[in-house]
Amino acid sequence: MPAVQETVDRVRQIDVDQYKYGFVTDIESEKAPKGLNEDTVRFISAKKNEPQWMLDWRLEAFRRWQTMKEPTWARVSYPKIDYQDAYYYAAPKAFKAPKSLADVDPELLRTYEKLGIPLKEQEILAGVRKQGEPSTLDGDMLEGMRSSGRVAVDAVFDSVSVATTFKEELKRAGVIFMPMSEAIQEHPDLIKKYLGSVVPTTDNFFATLNSAVFSDGSFVYVPKGVRCPMELSTYFRINEQNTGQFERTLIIADEGAYVSYLEGCTAPMRDENQLHAAVVELVTLDNAEIKYSTVQNWYPGDADGKGGIFNFVTKRGDCRGKNSKISWTQVETGSAITWKYPSCILRGDGSRGEFYSIAISNGHQQVDSGTKMIHLGKNTVSRIISKGISAGKSQNTYRGLVTAHRRATGARNFTNCDSLLIGDKCGAHTVPYMEAKNSSAVFEHEASTSKISEDMLFYCQSRGMSAEEATALVVNGFVKDVLQQLPMEFAVEAQKLISISLEGSVG
Amino acid sequence: MSLLEIKNLHVEIEDEGKKILNGLNLTIEKGQVAAIMGPNGSGKSTLAYVLAGRPGYAVTEGEILLNGESILEMEPNERAAKGVFLAFQYPVEVPGVATMTFLRTALNAQRKLRGENEVSTPEFIKMVRETSDNLGIGQDMLRRGVNVGFSGGEKKRAEILQMAILQPRLAVLDETDSGLDIDALRIVSEGVNRLRSPERSMIVITHYQRLLDYIVPDVVHVMAKGRVVRSGGKELALELEANGYAQYTDEAA
Ligand SMILES: Nc1ncnc2c1ncn2[C@@H]1O[C@H](COP(=O)(O)OP(=O)(O)OP(=O)(O)O)[C@@H](O)[C@H]1O
Ligand SMILES: [Mg+2]
Repeated sequence: MPAVQETVDRVRQIDVDQYKYGFVTDIESEKAPKGLNEDTVRFISAKKNEPQWMLDWRLEAFRRWQTMKEPTWARVSYPKIDYQDAYYYAAPKAFKAPKSLADVDPELLRTYEKLGIPLKEQEILAGVRKQGEPSTLDGDMLEGMRSSGRVAVDAVFDSVSVATTFKEELKRAGVIFMPMSEAIQEHPDLIKKYLGSVVPTTDNFFATLNSAVFSDGSFVYVPKGVRCPMELSTYFRINEQNTGQFERTLIIADEGAYVSYLEGCTAPMRDENQLHAAVVELVTLDNAEIKYSTVQNWYPGDADGKGGIFNFVTKRGDCRGKNSKISWTQVETGSAITWKYPSCILRGDGSRGEFYSIAISNGHQQVDSGTKMIHLGKNTVSRIISKGISAGKSQNTYRGLVTAHRRATGARNFTNCDSLLIGDKCGAHTVPYMEAKNSSAVFEHEASTSKISEDMLFYCQSRGMSAEEATALVVNGFVKDVLQQLPMEFAVEAQKLISISLEGSVG
Repeated sequence: MSLLEIKNLHVEIEDEGKKILNGLNLTIEKGQVAAIMGPNGSGKSTLAYVLAGRPGYAVTEGEILLNGESILEMEPNERAAKGVFLAFQYPVEVPGVATMTFLRTALNAQRKLRGENEVSTPEFIKMVRETSDNLGIGQDMLRRGVNVGFSGGEKKRAEILQMAILQPRLAVLDETDSGLDIDALRIVSEGVNRLRSPERSMIVITHYQRLLDYIVPDVVHVMAKGRVVRSGGKELALELEANGYAQYTDEAA
């Protein structure tokens, strides 16, 4: 398996520089004044030239947020966050449509490069060239597009969505894929109809905060009967010191539509903690399907547990239509603290929700993640496969909720939660809640906890693998069922990340 | 120079301090097939593990030289890259990792340590297919997790497949014959015999003279109480079969 080989090379490389994505891009940015009050909200809204209704929506959320308390039920502990001691908006200043890559701020290009974005897509991202124009690089643009794996990319850099590639081709298919800030201007009807319809502004502390101060994010609308011709992808990156990142994503698959969406995240190394509180809303109408995949490797903090991202995210999908389907796949390797429960509301009869998760914790990381499957419609089906891997001194909790309401006759759920422990200073916890309000619901739950045994490692090592290679192989075997759910390129990337994040956990 | 030279080897269990090998001496020549026999608990598996570098054992005295070079400080994977292979008495299951993937990862890891190129995919697949056919290992078994759900006999065959792919210089077969039915014993022995070469030495640990009818050894060593107490030709195995180990266990005491 060449990916494992690559993994190993990668692990060697990062021997010196543990967190590969931990670089800081030095670009002068335009920040909102520090702190959070109504003026901050107005500042952000004004920066975006938002219509009055949007500002009102934000202000209502902000007023609500002021009455709310931070939740404490998750199995994570962290110093109190001072919400007044942070910046809520930062835009890279140097970003003004340059003529060629040579004119683009080299720091920004270096960032793209480190994120692994192909050069020709970097041109588009940096605004040098519009989709469909010839490249200044060698005129061999189409070739480059093909080899880039046909992924349309929207990069969110701190608070601002930098550019969206492949716009033209998507437009021909009728697919709308644009920064949220543009969608508010160009598609107010869709935004008014769907924004906050899955995660209401009153939902929870972090989601409400996000509603007040979200700065950008992605918007996707796939019209009736359209199968989106390519994977859509977003890179999130937190760069500015002391900024929170509050992106807002809304994806709508109209009747019979299909879209697969990939989200990747990185952040530079910082001594202090950075807050990330995103909201993702998915809506599927009759017979539609959304597949949402995340590979998250935010900075987890250093060896002593200092720094790292606090990741408090609300992700929810609403299978609003009959026989529609939403599937969440996530590979969580980063963040100091992860608080995240991608959920499905199975409203339409015959709808289906899936959750496939690999959550890895190492060092001092704390992960409290899982899913909720809310069965409202008849004959709704959900499936949960969760693989938790804990190493170092980390704590890894799976928290799941499966409910079937009275009307949800014939609801079925299958849950499988496996935990793998590496070493004896870490912990794995499983907290499944199940509640059926009608007798025809069938819930199945399987759980296991295992340790990587010395015998297994020695067996692999005696065949020529190093301790790291052996661990990577065993772990890859453990997470195989979930990796198979990821699109190909993502699976390879995820595999690399898994071994990077387990670096130093053996031997 | 001999391929393997073990001099006055003393080994104890790391945590307990329990002594298992007590001044063991053993020399294996290049291309030689040596059988090791001996009563239960005499330290045969321990010797095999110590050769392969399993953690948990402390070598308190003595030396192990492979091609004149000490391997005591080497990691198990470095030893593997130098050509040491152990066919386990109890092969370990690795769930979720297909045998095919496992073998390729292992082979390429070894080759990289030796500074060689990775094996190409078609070449590798061809190699595995031929060998597995010869050993009566089906393709579905190769796709399953390593040793997961394999019968006892299948596990032993899979070990020989691994040996054939990794092409070691020194193969240690720990009771590869136990748990095999008569047909499997013949198939596995033929597999082992195909790998006999002037460039490859083997240590065959067994309790049964029957295996040595198929894999005819150049020498037979008898181990008792953590030492080699007698060495001889293949006829020594017949003698043991007839008389048992009583005289050696008494002698070594
Ligand atoms: N990890 C261990 N802890 C304690 N004692 C051990 C350990 N490993 C081996 N021993 C002991 O060392 C002795 C030698 O064991 P070993 O497995 O090497 O014998 P063997 O010759 O291979 O026996 P058999 O023919 O039954 O396979 C036995 O008494 C065994 O109980
Ligand atoms: Mg034994």
